[in-house]
Amino acid sequence: MTLGERLGALRRRLGLLTKAASAVALGCVVTSLFAANAVAADANHLAVAPGGYTPMAPTPGKGMPVDGGTTFQTQYSATGLEALWMHDNIVMVVLIAVSIFVAALLIWVMVRYNARANPVPSKTSHNTLLEVIWTGIPVLILLVVFVPSMKLLAHQYKTPPKDAVTIKAIGNQWYWTYAYPDNGGFEVTSNMLSKEEAKKRGEPEQLAADYRMVVPAGEPIRLQTFGADVIHSFAVPSLWFKLDAVPGRINEKLLTVKEPGVYYGQCSELCGARHGYMPIVVEALPRPQYNAWVLTHAGGKIDGAPESAAAPAAEAAASEAPAVAAASGE
Amino acid sequence: MATIASEFQAHDDGHVHDDHDHKPGFFSRWFMSTNHKDIGTLYLIFAITAGVIGGAISGLMRAELAKPGIQYLATIAAALGVSNPSFDQQLHLWNVLITAHGLIMVFFMVMPAIIGGFGNWFVPIMIGAPDMAFPRMNNISFWLTVAGFVSLMCSAFVPGGTGQGAGIGWTAYAPLSTTGSSGPAVDFAIFSLHLSGAGSIMGAINFITTIFNMRAPGMTLHKMPLFVWSVLVTAFLLLLALPVLAAAITMLLTDRNFGTTFFDAAGGGDPVLFQHLFWFFGHPEVYIMILPGFGIISQIVSTFSRKPVFGYLGMAYAMVAIGVVGFVVWAHHMYTTGLSEDVKMYFTTATMVIAVPTGIKIFSWIATMWGGSIRFTSPMVWAIGFIFLFTVGGVTGVELANGGLDDNLQDTYYVVAHFHYVLSLGAVTSLFAGFYYWFPKMSGRWHSELLSYLHFAVFFVGVNMLFFPMHFLGMQGMPRRYPDFTPAYAYWNHFATVGYMVMAASMVIFFVNIAYALIAGRKAEGNYWGEGATTLEWTLSSPPPFHQFETLPTIKDEDHH
Repeated sequence: MTLGERLGALRRRLGLLTKAASAVALGCVVTSLFAANAVAADANHLAVAPGGYTPMAPTPGKGMPVDGGTTFQTQYSATGLEALWMHDNIVMVVLIAVSIFVAALLIWVMVRYNARANPVPSKTSHNTLLEVIWTGIPVLILLVVFVPSMKLLAHQYKTPPKDAVTIKAIGNQWYWTYAYPDNGGFEVTSNMLSKEEAKKRGEPEQLAADYRMVVPAGEPIRLQTFGADVIHSFAVPSLWFKLDAVPGRINEKLLTVKEPGVYYGQCSELCGARHGYMPIVVEALPRPQYNAWVLTHAGGKIDGAPESAAAPAAEAAASEAPAVAAASGE
Repeated sequence: MATIASEFQAHDDGHVHDDHDHKPGFFSRWFMSTNHKDIGTLYLIFAITAGVIGGAISGLMRAELAKPGIQYLATIAAALGVSNPSFDQQLHLWNVLITAHGLIMVFFMVMPAIIGGFGNWFVPIMIGAPDMAFPRMNNISFWLTVAGFVSLMCSAFVPGGTGQGAGIGWTAYAPLSTTGSSGPAVDFAIFSLHLSGAGSIMGAINFITTIFNMRAPGMTLHKMPLFVWSVLVTAFLLLLALPVLAAAITMLLTDRNFGTTFFDAAGGGDPVLFQHLFWFFGHPEVYIMILPGFGIISQIVSTFSRKPVFGYLGMAYAMVAIGVVGFVVWAHHMYTTGLSEDVKMYFTTATMVIAVPTGIKIFSWIATMWGGSIRFTSPMVWAIGFIFLFTVGGVTGVELANGGLDDNLQDTYYVVAHFHYVLSLGAVTSLFAGFYYWFPKMSGRWHSELLSYLHFAVFFVGVNMLFFPMHFLGMQGMPRRYPDFTPAYAYWNHFATVGYMVMAASMVIFFVNIAYALIAGRKAEGNYWGEGATTLEWTLSSPPPFHQFETLPTIKDEDHH
């Protein structure tokens, strides 16, 4: 191999590397807006916050409906922000414009062509050009809506990356169980709090639950749903997320919660008597706090941690688990 | 005697037929009826009765939703014969109420009124036919609908799982409707759909046969009034969609009672299969409810603008297009069931396409009024109200059509607001428009126009107060079919309940108006709307003779539709 050939090969290899690097970088930016830190900082991924876990107090108005609210809840997921933008800037504009246009036309014909103003009716009953126009313009308007709606769908259907944490939400009559196969396989059973209990804890009535579905904030989550008895639906309005929990099949979708917080949702498919009494509470925590929460569960281990490292950490945490459970369980 | 509509207008020809008016006795006339007008009247009376029951149920629901907490369910359960209802039994009752409200309003109010009532009354007359093609089958169509209603009512008094009655939603999704609800209530509810579905299929066959074979000489398909076109398209939708529902609910019955597992994953079935079958029927069903309304509005707008319908062919084929496309958009009711990306993209696109023919209809109605000489009679006021309300209901459909946006709206009050805008404010408004348009024709007596205006004004305010805030509730995330809610939703729920009371007051005006007409209404002439009313029913007396068109009318080429 001549020197020239070697240099050429090296250059090609470098070129490929650069391309791959830029593709990775682009991929990071495009696919996981909020996932970058998960890939980047392994040390942070395994860090365990001291002090175990205390349920986070909800921020008033965040992740829950507001009194007399007239529009969507503020969004805390990437696709939620995109969907809300599309609703606010495209669909609502079209909706309002079309409604006003039709109302204005109706008012105009009522004023201008009532029997007093126009005693002799015209006999016009066809106008091909006009008919082509009012077929064509709606098609154009729909195209304006069509393009962003296809993009939104594509983003919502992005496959979760390999290292995404898997969390299973299982709908039961009438409560949710959440399973964490990547964190040692423990399960959390979540029942609605009574109105009195919710009030006492400073949480919204009918929305609060005794144990929450805790997730790492800013990381891609592979959320899987299924139903244990009848169909339920896992829905969180402030994350623009809704996925049916159907017996006999596993539904899966990517969810990334942008920032820490408590996000409330409710079962959204009629599932029998207590359909309205099985709320969903998602608590997103920074990674170290999430890890601490994981380790409060018997058998809980940090996803991605080397086996040897995880065991002592889990043991250490398990010792404080009962205390925490008692504190949160009441 | 060859004659055309315009020649008839100067006189009533009712007296010509008097000698042949051999009306049967009361029992055989109303219980063994084969006369399309009598059957139409029976359908209307039945639909109004069912509508009062279904509307009263929604009143109970709105009362319960007026504020957070459970207030009235225990009382209602006790009234239905459950002594000391448990909390779960009370909540089950809520599900029974929403199920009954949905099924009654769809299958026993809107469909019987708009197809059975107005369709039976005016399709034969408008095409110049003496009656429907199969008068006896027409009779059994009606009585099967009644039997179906009785079956549904029975279901409320027998066990249905957690409590008494069928609490499965009008959509009856498996497995809640199979393994999820033991007891005979759900079987009664399913059987009710079988009965009324069979009645509707027979009705559809009857309409198609009548329209294809019994048009008067010269009444070509392209000369038929648009109301007849709308019923023709509707009849085809019924004929193609209802057997699919029948199959789906039969599978429910066998899953429930005979050990099959069509919708049970444990036996190799799939619960989502039921949803596909249901909505393959269910989406055409919503057009079944609204298309005849489109037809009614076209007749009214044309009559009171004193102009022929603008773009007649476009109007007729827009309905055909809505009917055809209506069969390929069903999964937009199932966006959150776990459909794949491509499937969701397809259904989003196909659903948005429906906005185009719907737009054609809205614009053509306005163009019909444009240049016209509009008289604001009560039917016209209702028709204009319809066009506006249906537009508002239609545009929210564009939002819901988007699979990506729908993730946050599916099964929330936004959907409830949307379908009530197109149905309770769309289809029902067209029903009232048609009612005031044709009531003097059917009864021979005038209603009070003043009360009709008042009815409209109060109804318009009431339903908008009732349903518009539901958009807000839905966007804020309130799920549908909930008897209780977090206090943040209290304001608009209370507002909606006040709206319900206003709407209910307008119904009182409606019934006072009917009573006034029947007791003291002045007699109506044959063509009481005068110039502009050009279809064949206006060539007859009010009410028309028991058997009309013993000599067939002939439609000449130059006649307008």
